[in-house]
Amino acid sequence: MTDALETRTTVSITVNGRSIDVPKGEMLIAAAERVGTYIPRFCYHPRMEPVGVCRMCLVEVDGPRGATLQPACYIQVNDGMVVNTESEKVKKAQDGVLEFLLANHPLDCPVCDKGGECPLQDQALAHGSGETRFIEEKRHFQKPIAIGELVLLDRERCIQCSRCTRFASEVAGDAQIDFAGRGDNIEVSPFPTEPFDSVFSGNTVQICPVGALTAKPYRFAARPWDLDQVESTCTTCAVGCRVAVQSSGNRVTRVLGVDSDAVNHGWLCDKGRFVVDSIVGEEDASLLSPAHRLTAPLVRRNGQLEEATWGEALKAAATIISSASSPAAVGAIGGAALTNEGAFAWERFLRGVVGTDSIDAQYGDGLDAVLVEALPRATINEAAEACTVVLLTGDLREELPVLFLRLREGARKGSTNLIEISAAGSALSGLSRVKLPVRPGEAHLVAQAIATDDAPLSALASHPHGGLFTSSDLVEARRLLGEDGAGVVFVVGRPNAAESAEAIEAAIVQFANRFPKAKFLPTLRRGNVMGALDMGLTPNMAPGQTLARTNGRDTVAQLQAAAKGEQTVIIELGGDIISNVIDTPLATAALSAASLIAITGHGGPSLAHADVVLPTTVMHERYGTVTNIEGRVSTLAPKVTPPGSTWPDVAIAAELAEEFGQNLGLSNPEETAATIEATTGYPCATALRSAGDGVVVGREFTASAPKPLDPMAFPGVRSADLVGLAPRAGAVVSPTSGDARVGARPTMSDVSVTLSPVIPLPDAYSLRLVVTRTIYDDGAAVQGAEALRVLSPSTVLRVNAHDLTRIGADSGAQVRLTSARGSELVSVVVDNAIPRGCVALQAGTSVRPDATDSANLVSWIVDSAQVVNEVRMESL
Amino acid sequence: MAELTAPKIVSSRSEFSDSHTMSRYLATDGFTGLRKALAMNPEDVAAEVDAASLLGRGGAGFPAGRKWSMLRKAPISYLVVNGDESEPATFKDHYLVEREPHQLVEGVTIAAYALQASQAFIYLRGEFALGLERLQQAVNDAYEHGALGANIFGSGFSLDIVVHPGAGAYICGEETSLIEALEGKRGFPRIKPPYFPAAIGLYGQPTIVNNVETMSNMPWIVNNGGAAFAALGLGRSTGTRLFALSGRVKNPGVYELEMAKNTFRDIIFDPALGGGIIGDKKIKAFIPGGVSAPWFTPEQLDVPLGQDEVAEQASMLGSGSIVVLDEDSCVVRAAWRITKFFSRESCGQCTPCREGSGWLERIMYRLEHGGGRREDLDLLLDLCDNIAPGLSWPPQQTTICVLGPSIPSSIHSALTNFREDFIAHVDHNGCPHD
Amino acid sequence: MSYLRPDIRQRAEDLVALYPHKRSAMLPLLHLVQEQDGYLTEEGMTEVAELTGTTPAEVRGTATFYDMFHLEPVGKYVVGICTNIACLLAGGEELLEHATKTLGCAVGATSADGLFTLEETECLADCNIAPTVQVNHRYVRTTTPEALDALVAELRDGRREDEIPPHGTLIRVRRSGGLRATRAQVAAEREAAQKAREARAAQETK
Ligand SMILES: Cc1cc2nc3c(=O)[nH]c(=O)nc-3n(C[C@H](O)[C@H](O)[C@H](O)COP(=O)(O)O)c2cc1C
Ligand code: SF4
Ligand code: FES
Repeated sequence: MTDALETRTTVSITVNGRSIDVPKGEMLIAAAERVGTYIPRFCYHPRMEPVGVCRMCLVEVDGPRGATLQPACYIQVNDGMVVNTESEKVKKAQDGVLEFLLANHPLDCPVCDKGGECPLQDQALAHGSGETRFIEEKRHFQKPIAIGELVLLDRERCIQCSRCTRFASEVAGDAQIDFAGRGDNIEVSPFPTEPFDSVFSGNTVQICPVGALTAKPYRFAARPWDLDQVESTCTTCAVGCRVAVQSSGNRVTRVLGVDSDAVNHGWLCDKGRFVVDSIVGEEDASLLSPAHRLTAPLVRRNGQLEEATWGEALKAAATIISSASSPAAVGAIGGAALTNEGAFAWERFLRGVVGTDSIDAQYGDGLDAVLVEALPRATINEAAEACTVVLLTGDLREELPVLFLRLREGARKGSTNLIEISAAGSALSGLSRVKLPVRPGEAHLVAQAIATDDAPLSALASHPHGGLFTSSDLVEARRLLGEDGAGVVFVVGRPNAAESAEAIEAAIVQFANRFPKAKFLPTLRRGNVMGALDMGLTPNMAPGQTLARTNGRDTVAQLQAAAKGEQTVIIELGGDIISNVIDTPLATAALSAASLIAITGHGGPSLAHADVVLPTTVMHERYGTVTNIEGRVSTLAPKVTPPGSTWPDVAIAAELAEEFGQNLGLSNPEETAATIEATTGYPCATALRSAGDGVVVGREFTASAPKPLDPMAFPGVRSADLVGLAPRAGAVVSPTSGDARVGARPTMSDVSVTLSPVIPLPDAYSLRLVVTRTIYDDGAAVQGAEALRVLSPSTVLRVNAHDLTRIGADSGAQVRLTSARGSELVSVVVDNAIPRGCVALQAGTSVRPDATDSANLVSWIVDSAQVVNEVRMESL
Repeated sequence: MAELTAPKIVSSRSEFSDSHTMSRYLATDGFTGLRKALAMNPEDVAAEVDAASLLGRGGAGFPAGRKWSMLRKAPISYLVVNGDESEPATFKDHYLVEREPHQLVEGVTIAAYALQASQAFIYLRGEFALGLERLQQAVNDAYEHGALGANIFGSGFSLDIVVHPGAGAYICGEETSLIEALEGKRGFPRIKPPYFPAAIGLYGQPTIVNNVETMSNMPWIVNNGGAAFAALGLGRSTGTRLFALSGRVKNPGVYELEMAKNTFRDIIFDPALGGGIIGDKKIKAFIPGGVSAPWFTPEQLDVPLGQDEVAEQASMLGSGSIVVLDEDSCVVRAAWRITKFFSRESCGQCTPCREGSGWLERIMYRLEHGGGRREDLDLLLDLCDNIAPGLSWPPQQTTICVLGPSIPSSIHSALTNFREDFIAHVDHNGCPHD
Repeated sequence: MSYLRPDIRQRAEDLVALYPHKRSAMLPLLHLVQEQDGYLTEEGMTEVAELTGTTPAEVRGTATFYDMFHLEPVGKYVVGICTNIACLLAGGEELLEHATKTLGCAVGATSADGLFTLEETECLADCNIAPTVQVNHRYVRTTTPEALDALVAELRDGRREDEIPPHGTLIRVRRSGGLRATRAQVAAEREAAQKAREARAAQETK
């Protein structure tokens, strides 16, 4: 009997006389909602810990001292609980709370951004008496104040629900805002000298239940009732957050996070949220700036790029390709900006029509595609729920921000142990159980030390600057990894853009071999890079994740070949090559020497070398599917009509093939998706038919039961009753279950990696260079969006205090940094997360705001021909 | 006539002006209780406290022994002493820390021994600058004397006490808020359950929170036995207790009296105690246990100063502070001022308390200073009802902690007992006493 | 570089060491910042954030919860007069009104010479000597307008400096030494005691 009770996972409670079974331990507010009893709330948010402060959710719960008012958001259901949510007493209490909330709340709804979609307004209409008994003077504050670059705060409207402050400290780990004051003087407040510049700040705006927090980019952009919405997938990075895209007229005005269980839990990073400015572009932006929106094809005539018709431009492109001496003299770089359908069409064009295998969707800073496909893949949920996660990647907050949030949750709660193997620390360092700092070129030794024995430890310790961890760190790491890696997820990518992939790939292979039950989540970061690899936009893979060993060149090899005149045509598949390749001198030399055909939506520095420019549709304008890091294929829904005569990526490939007299049989995304699925099993068509979170390649799937959309959880995201969509934004319509397993994927035995030896330092004054990523870099997304551009940091050199002392400089001073390629002054700060003997720079930043090429230090200092990059630092 | 035969338990050194010094303390049986306790088993010390039936002196009146028995025997547990004393008109702990700091330190050490607590913290109201200095001195003295620190008096028991200054927030007297403050946070009371920090307290560990006066009883209880303590007082109200008397009385002050043996009339009028009303005016009303308590009128003067006796009359003995209003005192002004206090001191978490207190204060201000309306009287009661549904005692609440339902006490008492005074304020468009 | 003076910084670190978690030292450390600067400077709060492992916003948010912390400069003497219930009944409001004239500043403001800041306080727990007045949190026990005027004159002349240090200095008695019973030692003792208890309990049940 007791046994049966203990193992039960549901309990029986009575709500308003109706007996229901609900999951044990669930909060009453959620349990009631599950069976259709909606209890009003303000502070409760399903993705955060309850705090029970607004008191709106008071309901009567029977207890030993009779029925008492209890906050439904803070009471766990237990067997036999009797709840009344409709009694007179409940009604009076809730009406009372609402009246109290409105007491100090200004009556400025007509001019409030939230007006029309404000949970407080909705509640007031539903429950309020309509007449105010409050005749006193209301609380006054200065009207909106900027608390960060992106967020404004109107303290008069705040109802002190603490959703924003809790999000900042609990979810994002950026407690840059907190309540200040006491009682009815409480206000949300940043520190005067430290603005709220969290990369997740937009979420606070989204979950604020009133118009207290507003986003600068949207202020007064549109009234909610003018907004029209579709649900789609964000392609700013490779996490693939589900979003609600809203437009007014033909302009995307707002992007909101949708609560997807599998991916983003409703959160977005500010880059994905505010990047929308860049879609439209800026009128007067130069062609070489990402803020320039391309609306017509361009062809270079007499040295100038001029507008042309599609017919002329396609012909010009075909002429360039056919005049190449051989198919091998043609190559394509890019693809992460395409849809899966576009990627497939271009793969068909490049391999099938042109006959080249020099195709690479990565820019020299990714991982070998065969390795990526061969590793047993973890889903984001599996990583978030893993007992141990090994981080062998860059700073996820900067690279895949919402993955950072998902992993942070388990680490914060203590359900996940983090082991961080890092060359420069990260926003997760503070939550890591074991920290194993690693210098460039040494990751494989660290992996060997974990996976096999302590032997490499002495090699690491014999480094002129000493070892960075001890055998007790290894012991703890091994303990957390267990015998065979069951329950472990390795999150793997490229922590350092200034070293080749060798050491990292060797490390990954060792982990995979040593821990056969572990799973891997690759952190390739660009938009649809996974889809591009899966569609064969790589030298060594064919569409559908199958192996195709060829002689094709990867990106660095293509650029080197072009610079030497061995490859004469480069096709840029979205994604400006110069902005994306870390070794800018190499990229520039290559593009100057070769002919460039650019298929892109926006301007960029590479267009200075372009011979033909074919404008494509971009995010929120296009239809199709994309694949995220975990292999989840989900849908892109167009919200606005693309400007001018831009074409979808599929159509451009198909039309270009026509120029060669070939019919790809792929004229639109649906047809292409069907062909992909029919020929490879890759579930593009299935994903297109399912409106929600999509399907994960290689997994069986069942549709999750549609959840009702709580407008209070994510105010602003429209539910069905408002806009006539599916019952929940994100509900799976069809199919309900199926199998998304594809054909023979490569296995670890197909992976070949070259294991590099320890690379000795040339001398004790050399420092090894680490180049990390920053979210607000000089890439197209940030530079194209006015709101984000201002957030770009300037370059600082981070060094360990040990190394700064050696040259006798102070933190904050200017130092001279010299590599084989030249030297530049840069300001230096102490950061002891940087291993001794290393220095770190952030890619995509400038030494001075008036960035010239030489000021963009990282763009010339990294030589991609080197396995590791050495530099020297001198004080002035 | 007041019954004044009981021994002084916590204020036995009141006749000495140097009662706060170590030399005086040692000369007056200092640390005999601790030495005796250390020679006993910890459980036996706890059993004496249980036998004493000592009710907590912080306001809620929960039996200390029973609270202690809830402490899970965990490797880490903390003892936290509540010296935040901010309930208006309460000033007994102030007396104890300034005049009897060593007694407090000894009491805390005894309790920590009984509980086998890992560390003790005395959270003292920040405004007690002198009290903080004297208490810190007493702690330093105790270390010096071997009565604190490692291996106390060679017993093998070790303890550290940290004196922690508050910084001015009434709510930090609420025990979970106090714990938050002790953790270095804003003093937001924690939501219940768990109802007692004994389950999850400081740093998430089992924690006992007791009042300064509760702790100050320990040396006597150990020295004289729990039974001797329980023999004093009446019924559930055992021992003696400090009563803080203030307002319109001739001799305001702190008086240690046997519990329930005397009445409010005794303490207010006995010449050895309050000495009656200033100018021999008539008494209009009095607050029996701090401003959170519903008021009494002269009809309740003969209620004994006992916990249950006061509760039977729908109020509480609370923090043991009695404020007397005479016939010239304006009840509207008094209730307004108390409401203003709650409005300033509401932590701001819960909507009904945060907004309700401010709203009530503004209405009360208008009544007192002009602008009151007749409909305000019903509005006041309805708003009070929205904070403490039913307006009964003990109150029901819509808030996390009981500060919320304390807000209506004064308004509700004043308005039900002296409605005509409110009407006079409306008619006079302000206070007729001005 | 520490913003806090070396002696204050040293005391701050000693305080942090008293607590199992460093954030617990928040209030004592903020008092120390006020001891140095008279109020909470941004630099001081930033250093407290570093010492307590929090963010400056959290430090400021926490500090503003408590009345004793000032975010703006205050006078050398902060004069607090209680008008809560017992003091109200004893003329607290009138005394406060009188003080505005004597000090020449409104409630909540600082006198032109920067010497005095006047505050209306809640109950100061000295209700038998009402209305209660504190200067820099020292009870001065001046309940009449005349006594208050005399006190203010003495303060102006610097005659009470021994007794009443400048605003911010709260506790002049330093804790002597840090923790004396190490946590490991205490843990071992408690464990031994627990074992002894169990043994006794086992004995008793036999
Ligand atoms: C708003 C509020 C303020 C309180 N203030 C104090 C106080 O200043 N001192 C105190 O000892 N208890 C105070 N208490 C009671 C404490 O929460 C707690 O019950 C008490 O410290 C327990 O000690 P005791 O059992 O020894 O009485 C307060 C409670 C509330 C709700
Ligand atoms: S600003 Fe908005 S989210 Fe933040 S506490 Fe106020 S009402 Fe809540
Ligand atoms: S108290 Fe439950 S939703 Fe706010």
